[in-house]
Amino acid sequence: MHWPIEGEAFEALLGRFFEGIAEVLGDDPTSTWAVVGVRSRGDVLAERLAATPIGEAFGGRVGRLDITLYRDDLTELGSQAVVRSTDVPFAIDGLDVVLIDDVLMTGRSVRAALQSLTDLGRPRRVWLAVLVDRGGRELPIRPDVVGLDMTGEATGLVSVAVREVDGRDAMTCAEAGDE
Amino acid sequence: MSEATAVATEPAAGYAWAHRDLLGLDDLSADDIRHVLRTAEGFESVSGRSVKKVPALRGRVVVNLFFEDSTRTRASFNLAASRLSADVLEMTGKGSSTSKGESLTDTARNIEAMGVDAIVCRHHLSGAAVQLAKSVGVSVINAGDGQHEHPTQGLLDIYTIAKRFERRGAYDLSGLRVGIVGDVAHSRVARSNVHGLTKLGAEVVVIGPPTLTPRGFEAMGCTVAHDLDAVLPELDVINMLRVQHERMSGPAFPSVREYVVGYGLSEERVARAKPGLLVMHPGPLNRGVEIVSRVADGDQSAILEQVSHGLSIRMAALFLCVLSGGG
Repeated sequence: MHWPIEGEAFEALLGRFFEGIAEVLGDDPTSTWAVVGVRSRGDVLAERLAATPIGEAFGGRVGRLDITLYRDDLTELGSQAVVRSTDVPFAIDGLDVVLIDDVLMTGRSVRAALQSLTDLGRPRRVWLAVLVDRGGRELPIRPDVVGLDMTGEATGLVSVAVREVDGRDAMTCAEAGDE
Repeated sequence: MSEATAVATEPAAGYAWAHRDLLGLDDLSADDIRHVLRTAEGFESVSGRSVKKVPALRGRVVVNLFFEDSTRTRASFNLAASRLSADVLEMTGKGSSTSKGESLTDTARNIEAMGVDAIVCRHHLSGAAVQLAKSVGVSVINAGDGQHEHPTQGLLDIYTIAKRFERRGAYDLSGLRVGIVGDVAHSRVARSNVHGLTKLGAEVVVIGPPTLTPRGFEAMGCTVAHDLDAVLPELDVINMLRVQHERMSGPAFPSVREYVVGYGLSEERVARAKPGLLVMHPGPLNRGVEIVSRVADGDQSAILEQVSHGLSIRMAALFLCVLSGGG
């Protein structure tokens, strides 16, 4: 693996990730689909997916979740916590929702996102798609689509940068013990 | 979203909210004020959902300690705390006029001993909230103290202005001229508004009879005017303070009729103002005194928006102060 993953390699990874989601979408033609991204990188990935031909399946139902208020470490975060807007401008009841996050590690963010989604309504089913699964789960959470599987590797902190937020597309990895 | 917008809506690098209490806007920096407003933006969507609650302050206790009558501010704080999943205890303070200072501290310490996380306090004496914050270790939110400050009202007024004029995100209000009309001298709403608005770059003019608009206000960074009709055409926002009936009999106050002629917001006055003039009022309204019904209920009025924004602002204030307090 060459770090950081950027340029064409990042594009290829993103392409494979979106193809994986396309397979899920083809699973059940009776479903009505929506995509919801977790701020502040997953929402960008959701918007990019929605802009591709694969994303036409969502019919414009694209949302973004801010999970800050649902985190289980708010007390430890204290004044570092930054609340942003949640914007899901459609009723999620009865929909098949693809939940997108950039990095999956402990699973705590996903737990918070699921609770936040449930407060917005009752989706028929929620699918979890992550650009990279870094392993290290602390909760029983399993993704349905993974762009890059690093669960078997001893790596440090993996982070994703996107041009809309960070000015460039890249996936970087701090060596184990570097943190 | 453009990159420029994305950068401007984030807190500046290294910024962190560092206030356990919210006592007044005079104590806050422009960055602090922007941080509360941006946080409130995140809370606005909570009120529009089917489950109008987030678990952010689950297991925390907020006490509403009111030494002065209030219906809407008390209700707004109660609802804000409930939407954060905190438990709310409603208390009404009482005490003889001579022992108020002492009883305030005693009452607060007793409440603190029950294991609460925040005290929301309203008191008829200026400085009561500051004194309270000194005597307890939990968060204190000032819900109005005498003629001093009413910070959450100031913040919700600023939020309402920023939203209508599409200044959210960066919260730069430069180029906007805001008029505050009425009994400015005795108004905590006016003081909080002047501090907050000027810090975000707005121009503020306080307008009223000379007895109620002392020159001393100019030291706060605003201008003072006595002729509403002369200033009106230049205003983007007009905030009509409530005429307090208990003051009307005082020597400083003109007769109601004289007040209405000089400072009441009529349809004729609105017609002479900028077409986009935003009309605000902190409530409750004296219809026909400081504002006529057709203006209060008209398209340019943001009075009900102010009330709904109050909830998001109070959620943000409770959230930030309680988390910052550690607990």
